[in-house]
This record gives sequence, C-alpha cells and structure tokens, in this order.
Amino acid sequence: MTGPLLSVRNLRVEATAPDAADRPPLLADLSFDVAPGEFVAIVGESGSGKTMAARSILGLLPPGVRRAGGTIALEGRELTGLSQRDLRSVRGRHVGMVFQEPMVSLNPALTIGKQLAEGLKLHEGLPDGEIRRRCLEMLRRVQITDPGRCLAAYPHEFSGGMRQRIMLASVLLLKPKLLIADEPTTALDTLSQREVMELMVELAAQNGVAILLITHDLGLVARYAQRVVVLEKGVEVESGATRQVLGAPAHPYTRRLVDSLPRRAENRPQRPSAAPILEVRQAAIDYPGKPGLFRRGAPKRVVSGVDLTVGAGEIVAVVGASGSGKTTLGRAVLGLKPLAAGTVTFDGMELARMDKTQARAFRRQAQLVFQDPFSSLDPRVRIGETVGAALRHDPAVSPRERRERVRQALEDVSLGGFEDRLPHQMSGGQRQRVAIARAVVSRPRLVVADEPVSALDMTIQLQVLTLFQRLQAQYGFACLFITHDLGVVEQIADRVYVMSAGAVVEEGATDAVFDDPRHAYTRALLAATPSRMAAAVSVA
Amino acid sequence: MRRRLKPNALVGAVLVGLLLVVVLVGFAWTPYDPIAIDLDHPLAAPSAAHWFGADEFGRDVLSRAMLGARISGAIAAGVVAAAVSLGLVLGLVAGFVGGWLDRLMMIVNDTVLAFPGILLALALMAVLGPSYGSLILALGVAYLPSIIRVVRASVLSIREREFVEASRVAGDGDLYTMLRHVLPNALPPVVVLATSLFGWAILSESALSFLGVGVPPPAPTWGNMLSSARPYMERASWLSIAPGLCIALTLLGVNLLGDALRDWLDPRDDA
Amino acid sequence: MLSYVARRLLLALPTLVLVALAVFFLIRLIPGDPAVVMLGEGADKAAVAALHKELGLDQPLPAQFLTWIGHLLRGDLGQSISSGEPVAGLILQRFRLTATVVLIAVTLATLIAITAGMIAAWRRDTRIDLAVVGVSTLVLAIPSFWLALILLLVFGLKLGWLPFVGYVPFSEDAIQAGLFLFLPILTLTITESGVLTRMMRSSAIEVMRLEYVTHARAKGLSEATVLRRHVFPNAFAPTLTLVGLTLGHLLGGIAVIETVFTLPGLGRLMVDSILARDYPVVQGCLLFTAVIYIAVNLVVDLCYPIFDPRVTAA
Repeated sequence: MTGPLLSVRNLRVEATAPDAADRPPLLADLSFDVAPGEFVAIVGESGSGKTMAARSILGLLPPGVRRAGGTIALEGRELTGLSQRDLRSVRGRHVGMVFQEPMVSLNPALTIGKQLAEGLKLHEGLPDGEIRRRCLEMLRRVQITDPGRCLAAYPHEFSGGMRQRIMLASVLLLKPKLLIADEPTTALDTLSQREVMELMVELAAQNGVAILLITHDLGLVARYAQRVVVLEKGVEVESGATRQVLGAPAHPYTRRLVDSLPRRAENRPQRPSAAPILEVRQAAIDYPGKPGLFRRGAPKRVVSGVDLTVGAGEIVAVVGASGSGKTTLGRAVLGLKPLAAGTVTFDGMELARMDKTQARAFRRQAQLVFQDPFSSLDPRVRIGETVGAALRHDPAVSPRERRERVRQALEDVSLGGFEDRLPHQMSGGQRQRVAIARAVVSRPRLVVADEPVSALDMTIQLQVLTLFQRLQAQYGFACLFITHDLGVVEQIADRVYVMSAGAVVEEGATDAVFDDPRHAYTRALLAATPSRMAAAVSVA
Repeated sequence: MRRRLKPNALVGAVLVGLLLVVVLVGFAWTPYDPIAIDLDHPLAAPSAAHWFGADEFGRDVLSRAMLGARISGAIAAGVVAAAVSLGLVLGLVAGFVGGWLDRLMMIVNDTVLAFPGILLALALMAVLGPSYGSLILALGVAYLPSIIRVVRASVLSIREREFVEASRVAGDGDLYTMLRHVLPNALPPVVVLATSLFGWAILSESALSFLGVGVPPPAPTWGNMLSSARPYMERASWLSIAPGLCIALTLLGVNLLGDALRDWLDPRDDA
Repeated sequence: MLSYVARRLLLALPTLVLVALAVFFLIRLIPGDPAVVMLGEGADKAAVAALHKELGLDQPLPAQFLTWIGHLLRGDLGQSISSGEPVAGLILQRFRLTATVVLIAVTLATLIAITAGMIAAWRRDTRIDLAVVGVSTLVLAIPSFWLALILLLVFGLKLGWLPFVGYVPFSEDAIQAGLFLFLPILTLTITESGVLTRMMRSSAIEVMRLEYVTHARAKGLSEATVLRRHVFPNAFAPTLTLVGLTLGHLLGGIAVIETVFTLPGLGRLMVDSILARDYPVVQGCLLFTAVIYIAVNLVVDLCYPIFDPRVTAA
C-alpha cells in the first residue's frame, strides 16, 4: 500500500462557546502523517491540544469542543464528512484507541468478558465460541496469567497495570491498522509503565499496527517513537525524526523541553562530613487492617527493618514504586505516623521520648513539602497566612516579624507580593512554590519533600527543582527527598535509598548506585526510567 | 471566577424576593385584618375588593395568605437555624473525631432516619402538644439526621486533603485545624442543603397544618387554609387554589435559588 | 457476596433494637401514668387497673420493655382504644391499601424518571433537556396535597369523570376499586417523578463524562447500545438508593393524599390515632413503618451489586 495510513491536514479545534472566536483555538493548523506500521508521537505539556488532536481523528471530541477545520484521511478515505454510521464502522475496526485512566477506562458494571466480546460481536459477527477463543488468546498475549478467570471477573478486581493490558487486548482484538494511545501509561508506576509500553510496541510490530502516541513524557518519545510532533499551546512548533528533533532541537520551546529532562548533576557539592541529623533504626510501620464484622483486621506491615541516616545539609533520596512504603516512611520520620518498632532520632533525641516542648520545637525544625499542589493549600486561606502557619507556634517570633519572614520567604521563591492571593488564582507551579516557601519559612533543619514535582509539567518541574536546590544551598537544610523518578534523583540527590515492598534493597552515593547497581530491582528501575534514555539521546 | 447568571437563578431570586417583600410589608400593613370576620360577604369570589376572594367567614384570603407567609417563613427559618447549627456541630465532631463516638452517633442517626420524617414529626407533636415551639422542634429533629450525614461526609472527604495534614505539620492543634480549615471548607454543601431544607420545612409545616396537627387556629398558614377550603371546593374553588399556589411559588423560588447556589459554589472548589 | 449480605443484615439489627427502644420510650415521655394516658382521664377505674396489670407498669422498666418485646414477637401490638380492634390486624389491613398505591405509583414514577432522565442527559442542553429539567423543577415545587386537591377538583368535581371520595376493596369490585385509586396514584406518580428524574439525569450526565463511555464509543458501538449497556447500569445506582428512600418516606407522606381522597390507608390511620390519642395504635404504626423502612432499604442495598459490583468488595 502506497501513501500514508493516516493523513491529517490543517486540523483546527475550537471551543463551541459563543466567545470562542475571541480566544485562541485549542488546536490550530496541525498537519502530520502516519505511515503504515510507524510509531509517531505527539508531545506537549498540558494545554498543548495534543489530546484534542487524538480525539478528533475518531470524532470523539468532548461536549463543548468541535472541529473547526482541516481534513483527516485514513488510507485515502476522508473521515471528516462521514455520517455517524460510517464513522462507527471505522471506530474499533480500523482505528483503535487506548485511554489514560485505567481506573475508569473499563465499565465497572460489566465483566471483562462481556466488554472484550462487544467489539468482536459488532464488527465481525462471530459465534460465541470463536469470540471466547480469541479473547482468551489475546489475554494470554498481553500476559494475563489466568485468562479464563479474567473473563468472568470485574474490572475492580485488577490493578492499574493489568487493566491497561486488558484495554490493549480489547483494542487489538479487532485488528485495527492504527492504534491511538492517549497517555496510556501516565497513571502507572515506572515498572508497569515499561511493561505496558513494551507490550504495546511488540504486539503492534507483530501485527503491523501503526501507533500514534500522545504523551508529555519526552523519555517515552525518545525510547519508542520514530517521528515526533511537538505542540505548544495548540500550535505545532517542530516535527521530524526523533533523533533529529531531540538531539538538535531547532525551536526554542523544544529546546526548553529537552533541557528540562533531569540529568546527572555536573558537580555534586562536597558535603563536609557532619553528625547525622536524622537517624532511623530498624523502623517498622503498620497499616491498621480492614476491620471484619466482629474483630479488628490484622495489621499490614508496610515498612520493615529500615535503617536510614541523613547528614546535616545533605540531600538524600528515597526512591521506589507506589506501595513501596516510601511515603509512609517520610511521614513517620516527621512523627506523623507511629512506629510499630524501631526508632527515629532527630538531632540526637528520640522522637518517641520527646516531651511536649521538645515536640513543638521539633515541629518547627522538621517540615514537609507535599506532593499535590491542588490539595495542599487550603482554598479558603490567603497565601500569606498559609505560608506563615508554622511561625505562629514559635514564641520567639512576634507577629510583625512573622509578616516580615513570610514576605522574605515569598520573595525567595519569586512570588513576592502574593500574600493576599488565594490558591485558585495561581497555577500549579506557583502553588508548589508556595508549598516550598511554607516549608522553609521556619528555617527548619530537615525538610521532607514528598514527590514535590511529580504533579507538574516538565518545564515547570525543572524550574521548581532548581529553586529547591538553590534554597537548599542557601539555607543549608538537610533533605529527605521522596520520589519515584530516578532521573530526578540523579539530578538532585547526594545519596539514595532504593525501597521495594517496605524494605531498603540498595543504598549508597547516587553516582555509585547509578553506575553500578547491585540489586535486581534497582537495575530494573534504571532500565525502565525513560527520562534517562532521553537525556542520553539529547546529549549526543 | 466567572459568575454565570442563568435565567433560573434570576427567576428564583425574584420569587424569593417577592416572598420577602410580602412578609416585610405584612408586618406593617395588610389589605384587611387577617382574622377579622365579615359575615356579610362569606365566600366572595375574587374581585377588586378581595384579590384572592374571601373565605367562609368573610376573611380576606390575600391578607390571610400574607400572614401565613410570615408564620410559615418564621417556622421554616427556625427549623433551618436549629437543625443546621446543631447538625454542623454534631457532624463535625463525628467526622473529625471518628472512632467509637462516630460509630455510636451513626447508629443513633440511622435509627432516627428509620422513621419517615412526617410520621416522626407527627409523633413528636403528639407527645409535645401543639405549639410553635414544638413544631420547630419536631421538624428540626426530623431533619437533623440528614444534615449530620451530609456534614459528616463532607468532613470525611476534607480530612483526606493535604492541607489538613499540613496544618498538623505546622503544629496546629486539632481544635484549631477543625475550626480554621475543616469547617470553612465543609460549609458549601451545607449551605445548599440549608436552602433545600427551608423549602422542605415550608412543605412539611403546610402538610402538618393541612392534617390538622400543625399551627393551631385561628392563625392562618397556607396548609390549614387549604384544609378548611375542602368543604367548599365546589362552591368556592378559588379557596383551594390560592394558598397552594403560594406554597408552590415559594418552593419553586427556593429550589431555583438553591440550584443556582450549588452551581456557583461548585466550580470554585476544585482546581 | 454472601459476606456482603450477612454484613448488611447484621448492621440492621442494632437499628431495629434502637427503634423498638425509641418507640417504647416515646409513649412514656407523656407525663402521667401511661395507663391513664392511654385510656383517658375519665376512664373506668377497673379498666385502668386492668391495663396497668397488663402492661406490667408496677414492674421495673427493663422488665416492662421485655414484656412489650415479648408481645411484639408474638404479633400482639395491643388493642386500639377507640375501636377495641387488635392493632396488628388494623395496621395490616390499612397497609395493604397504602402499599398498593405507593408501589404502583413509585414504579411508574421510576419508569418515567429513567426514560426522561436518560434522554435529557443524552440530549444535554437541547430543547428536550430544558423541557425535562423545567417540568421536573416545576413538579418538585408542587405540594402533593395541593395537586391532589386540584386533580380532584378538575376530574372529580368539574368534569365528573372519576369518583373521588371513599374506596371499595379490590376483592369486591376490581374496576370500581381501580377507578377510586386512579387519582391518588396519578397524584403520587406525578409528584415523585420530579425528584427521581432530576437524580437520574444528573447521575447519567456524570457517568457519560467517564472514560469508559468514550471507550465504548471508540469501539464503534451505537449510541443506543452505549446508553443501555454502559451508561444506564452505572447511572441507575444512585437513583435506586433514592427510590428506596422515597418508598420509605412515602409511608408517612401519603397521609395527606389519603386525607384528600378519603382513603382508609396507613398514613390516615396514624394521623387519626394521634388526634384521638389512641396510643397503642400510634406505637404500632411507628414501629411498623420503621421496620418496613429498614426492610426496604435492606432490599435496595441487596439489589445494588447488580448495578455496581464494586460494593461487594468494600
């Protein structure tokens, strides 16, 4: 077959609201091709219009948005003017689509089997026995261990990674020629992410299926895509072969994107060896079990036998997948979660033995930066009050001095004058800077940062990380940096602890661990982290 | 923050505004004395002299309806004030403190909820005897469990938000966190519920008065006006229409305003 | 699944016990000797003494309570003071009528709500949607007793099409009974369809925003299939809860309709017995309606997993 499989020309998407004409369109003048069997990625941050581009192809734009111009041709056949009936015959059969949120991408009220069979029944009208056979085979190919039981089960019985694989199975069953994947792995943890992506690429290659990947993750693009289209605020700024675009970006925005990939710090500051400010010995933490009808549930151990130290002024990372216990450990270090066993010692004093005054002082000395910028600020409280919260309990600080310190803290994070604003008036990156200001205003000696940049766009991520490093250098606080992203660890941490299933499996100086990982889990994590590969590509 | 003034909100505001005006005007003046009997003109049809007509005792229906607005409105306001304030406190405690106290409160709550509202109010009225106070108490008790449920659910979801934990990290005590952070964020659904509650209270009071166990005569309330209109349905059908229309319009206004309030409060809450 | 059923049943028990306690104490809240209260001030001394003995009023409270529970479990709810009939039989007889009206009306209202709500959500913000929302908002605001009066006025009095006062049992004359019940059922259907429609519409709108609906469309399924298989089961669950609550609260709220149409139903019994200070009947009615309410909600909870399989896991 000659000619491109998918050909999009001058695609334009607008909001349908009456005042839409005054505002810039969601997507303007996008043109690209996908050849049969090719892997093309559309990359951009939030607001870039990339999801709208994907949805337009099958006419699945959400209410309030419409296609205002352009053509979309599949194997030479124009899709834009098709009737609903004709469009439906294209959907699923010729073009399949995989979505982002595994938790809501499958109907919770129907069994897996019914949902898998739907498309087949509709498009191919096969008898039930044959449908079941194909479903079982497909489930095996996506590495579901017990396909028979899976068919009779409901979606809520499976984890996120498994649901994405089931989605893949569902889509590939119909043998489409093009697979559109809209952020298919964003909601999964690093290892599952890799599994699903590898599976997708392998199955697509086996069946000659072209893939159009929509993502914000440059790492995935670098690893899998042959060609890439870069979108900024609805406009195509650059496109071409991946190696070319990422290795030698022509457009300033692409360059910013590539630069924001975390990379190994060039010179790690030499920390003078000092007494550790935080010492964790054989810590174990339990989650209360689910209470049954008449008895308390058995507690579940989420952290066991963890030893950890953080020296004064050091940045130590704790890295692991979700469920590894890293977040719980971070909370326990601050005394927010009780220990089932072991000790946490801060500045020579054991947490469990502190009296009220010492505990209050500890609160001022140890602070926390939260992960979710949209949930960590009280929407009804002004920024000034939020930032100064910890200072209210310091007897040595008068109200006037508190105001001055808040002003200073906001200036430090480049948000001078924002005292009277409310959170909803600010962007995600700005709110995260407020969270950082809140943590440093009391001049703590230890800051626990719980995934502080995970919820941010890539370019904003770099900004906030850089800010954090600058403040750390300026104020010299020790930092326990919790994250799932190894790329970030490489950039910012002096030492790293790798956690899996509640235990520390490896630890050491960052460069040493990254260059020569000992534990299998660390090796798997390193191999699965896409951003490191991208950084390698772009440095070339 | 964009305010979207849908036409519904406007209609609702107009209707409720009208009710307020009628109530306020009624304090100072009504076309006739609501309880003055005029046996010369019983069951007069609506005319220029009596806009809504007159009842079997010659009393002007419009004036009685205006007084009824005041009475029903006062009772409903009393019910809302009592139920919401008590419900806020109890719901906050149940949601925030949790543990066995919460479980105990929920069992009691479910018990009260097991009785259909009207029946519970009826039974309480039987025990307490007819009076304005007992009416407010009876209706308040009937609606209290729903408010506690809503407040508690709201508190439970707010408790999971990170800024509550941040307050703890900053060193704030539980009481401060509850009052400064949880309460203000728990209010919006309660405000919406309060407007619905006002409507239900008016409806319930009318129903109880209609059944003869609500506001005692000769005080007119829309409910008992409808009840006394029943024997005269054929001869003077307007007596059955006017009071019911008042209830319906008031409810419509309150519901529309409540909807508009909910729409307005909603988008502001999330990012 | 079995553990879910067991859990639900067991959770209902403490509520039942507390309900019994509440009803027991409610009557004793009235100041004065309960036997005198029940029989009235001017009652015969011997009758008062006999009732005293029967209720075991000279015994300590817990013993009284147990005696009362003992009677209850045997189906003995005492006797009506006004008529002397056994309360239990009276309640059951009245309940038959009330249950008929309520069940038919709520079923019809639910069917209307499902149809109108789904169509309105599907054709959101078009004229059909606005019409559905407008009508259900208006209907919500109309008090049921007023609607009953108006319908009675129009169809009963002015047009004379339907009888409106009284009742004839089904067993005697089915057609006539049906005619008598037509207006009450119509009133209730109209009134309840308002709130159910709005609930159905708003939960359907919420479900349609979820990704699995887009996914179903992306498979090429027709709109009708998507609505039927993917939107409806998930959207119906909250409405089902509301139906349960409605059935429960109507057991009381129907009193006004029964008053307007002079139907000898359970609600009317409750009101009459309160006005007549017939406390055994009041007690019996309260207990009965509470138990029915708990039972109805239990049934709703048990039906829930059909529409949302996730609840059994929780």
